[in-house]
Amino acid sequence: MKGLMKGIAVCAVAVLPAAVSAALGDYAPVTDARLKNPEAANWLQYRGNYSGWGYSPLSQITDQNVGKLQLAWAFATGQKEGHQSPPIVNNGYMFVTTPGAQVIALEAKTGKELWRYKKELPGEMLQLHPTNRGVALYGDKVYVATIDAHLVALDAKTGKEVWIKQVGDWKALQYITLAPLAAKGKIMVGSSGGETGVRGFVAAFDAETGNEAWRTYTTAAPGEPGGDTWPGETYKNGGGSIWITGSYDPDTNLAYWGTGNPAPWPTEGRKGDNLYTGATIALDVDTGALKTYFQYNPNDAWDWDEVSAPLLIDTEVKGKKVKAAVHAGRNGYLWVLDRTGQKLNFVDAYPFVNNNTIKSIDPKTGRPTFADEHRPGLGKGDVHFCPSLWGGKDWFPEAYNPKTGLLYVPANNNLCAELPEPEPTKYKKGDLYIGYPIEAILTGLRWAKGAKDAPKTMGEVQAWDLKTGKQVWTHKYPTFNWGPLLTTGGNLVFGGGTNDRMFRAFNASTGKVLWETATPSGVTGVPTSFEVDGEQYIAVQSGWGVDAQRMQGGVDRLLGYQTVVPQGGTVMVYKLTK
Amino acid sequence: MEQRETCARTAQAPIDASRRKIFRIAALGLAAGVGLHGRSALAIEAVPEALRPVVGDRLVEEDAEGEPVPLKLADLRVGKPLLAFPFDTASKKIRSETRMNKVVLLRLPEAELDAETKAVSAGGVLAFSGVCTHMGCDIKTWMVSEKVFACFCHGSKFRPLDHGSVAGGPAPRPLPVLPIKLEGDQLVIAGPFTAPPGFTPQA
Repeated sequence: MKGLMKGIAVCAVAVLPAAVSAALGDYAPVTDARLKNPEAANWLQYRGNYSGWGYSPLSQITDQNVGKLQLAWAFATGQKEGHQSPPIVNNGYMFVTTPGAQVIALEAKTGKELWRYKKELPGEMLQLHPTNRGVALYGDKVYVATIDAHLVALDAKTGKEVWIKQVGDWKALQYITLAPLAAKGKIMVGSSGGETGVRGFVAAFDAETGNEAWRTYTTAAPGEPGGDTWPGETYKNGGGSIWITGSYDPDTNLAYWGTGNPAPWPTEGRKGDNLYTGATIALDVDTGALKTYFQYNPNDAWDWDEVSAPLLIDTEVKGKKVKAAVHAGRNGYLWVLDRTGQKLNFVDAYPFVNNNTIKSIDPKTGRPTFADEHRPGLGKGDVHFCPSLWGGKDWFPEAYNPKTGLLYVPANNNLCAELPEPEPTKYKKGDLYIGYPIEAILTGLRWAKGAKDAPKTMGEVQAWDLKTGKQVWTHKYPTFNWGPLLTTGGNLVFGGGTNDRMFRAFNASTGKVLWETATPSGVTGVPTSFEVDGEQYIAVQSGWGVDAQRMQGGVDRLLGYQTVVPQGGTVMVYKLTK
Repeated sequence: MEQRETCARTAQAPIDASRRKIFRIAALGLAAGVGLHGRSALAIEAVPEALRPVVGDRLVEEDAEGEPVPLKLADLRVGKPLLAFPFDTASKKIRSETRMNKVVLLRLPEAELDAETKAVSAGGVLAFSGVCTHMGCDIKTWMVSEKVFACFCHGSKFRPLDHGSVAGGPAPRPLPVLPIKLEGDQLVIAGPFTAPPGFTPQA
């Protein structure tokens, strides 16, 4: 009876601020077991599962009925700039992050705000990439990493700060844009900042206490394996930044992270492979030990960060079973590696966009040979290369559907770039560390060599059959694509990414556009799917900005006009009409 | 029992909510409506008045080493921007404690300046906040073809010949002007920034 009275007291106080909403169950703690085998109804982490698939098994919304998809609710975040984080859902609770170091908890069914956390940012700081790519859920907490290089643990039910740790030095322009990776009691994050002379790292923090467990740098120091790939002390500001959540194989306890370009961009001062930049690295989650790696761009000269973590897919490749790690590279090649045991071995690679830079790939080791005439550098004048600085595919994730067996790649084709002579550059804390004139970078986008007119198409959504290495279908856009992909058990692929503000559904087997809808801004957010009370929903954030806007500036300059994509973030949630 | 559960769910309260937690939840709910969580303020408000430039300050080059040497008109070449900080000649203090004091100087042919711009310039040298009003990056690139300052971070462009007005990109407001004048051959600060320098936070 006493308990009942107490409950009524809760009611009396708590209903004051907001109208009564539909019942929302208790918050279900997120365990290792749930992250390893996520239930279909929820979307518990960045890509839905540890393998990085971007796949929801939910199959209520299908290629047959997706035309009846309509807005269930929308929610304005109050922020401009790039809204890239996936709406992450656990047991009816939705968590989104926005630029401005903000986390919003919403009732997934109705969009009712439950709580909001916003970290105050230092007025002195500058933001090169004003975005955030989402939360991690673990136990009863929500974890967010911030643009001023902090990691924050929040109580999932109240949004109350449980602990906050400084991960990096924002004054040195270390900053964090990724969603943390949660596994085995650890919360892992890494630092962005390849253009600001950071030394990239992945660091793990105890989920309960916030104490740092380990920190592994992505550029090798002298005496370490790979340390001889950097002259002198160049590794100290060598880049290799971490922008995107790692994928994780619980069977081997290895987390796979993509690393960014080496710094500065010109290669003259850093002769060598510059390990472990432009690579996939595999770290032991208990210790942080670097167990293996595969480098896509030795001694990169093109700003080709290879930041998206590989998708872990057990498949067949040309008749042979492979525990694969698959990565659609910024360098324009689709890479298939074998991750059996503690190694990453080359299996195959093939171009998925026009590429004049990779001349050949060693069939045994996978090491690329680059065409010297398309490699920018000292004494070369203007150097033209394809794909562009933003690559065949930038950070926005691919998706894999185990039902169709296809890998879906959001690509940019027919776009190239030009870089002039490098200029002298010296590392200075708190400043950019690039090595090319800013004006040249801002105006560096080009069509294919010799092409006077714009290409008929640029952005693409591609479907690849890993078993054969063949492209199954391609949908082409007149302009570029900056759209992360989701695929579902209903034989669908969802994605936005175009400057017409559209969010689309494709038939996952054929590529046919089955549904599209205009959103308030452009969609560069990671879409997700979840279920509440037996109903399937599709969720995505609309909110153009950051690199999509930069690329638009480059394309507009070549076309001689100005495309306006309105800014401002909105969480969009769709369901079938009855 | 049913009622208790329903009510507890409405509040998103933990099942074992203590009295303190109950009060907090209510307070949070009320606060959400009045925006107490949006604590960011315009960056200039974080700069104590004592740290701000004052009229009569000279300017010194951002990375100059050794004894500070006030910048002279002849130190600036036409079309070559230069980053500087205010310098208090009496105390010999460079006012570089805050990035918000960073100044970008640009010398242009005097004939290109209209009367209003001339009034805040010194021998063809114009001074602006060196911090982009969008996301706070350094402004130090002069695009001669378009006659604009350009920001590397997100491509915002500002017109120095039109009081720092926005010529393109995401910047929401002009680059603040810092009025300067000549005393002898030295560049001297002649007035406060025309608007608070720094990025423009969202609520």
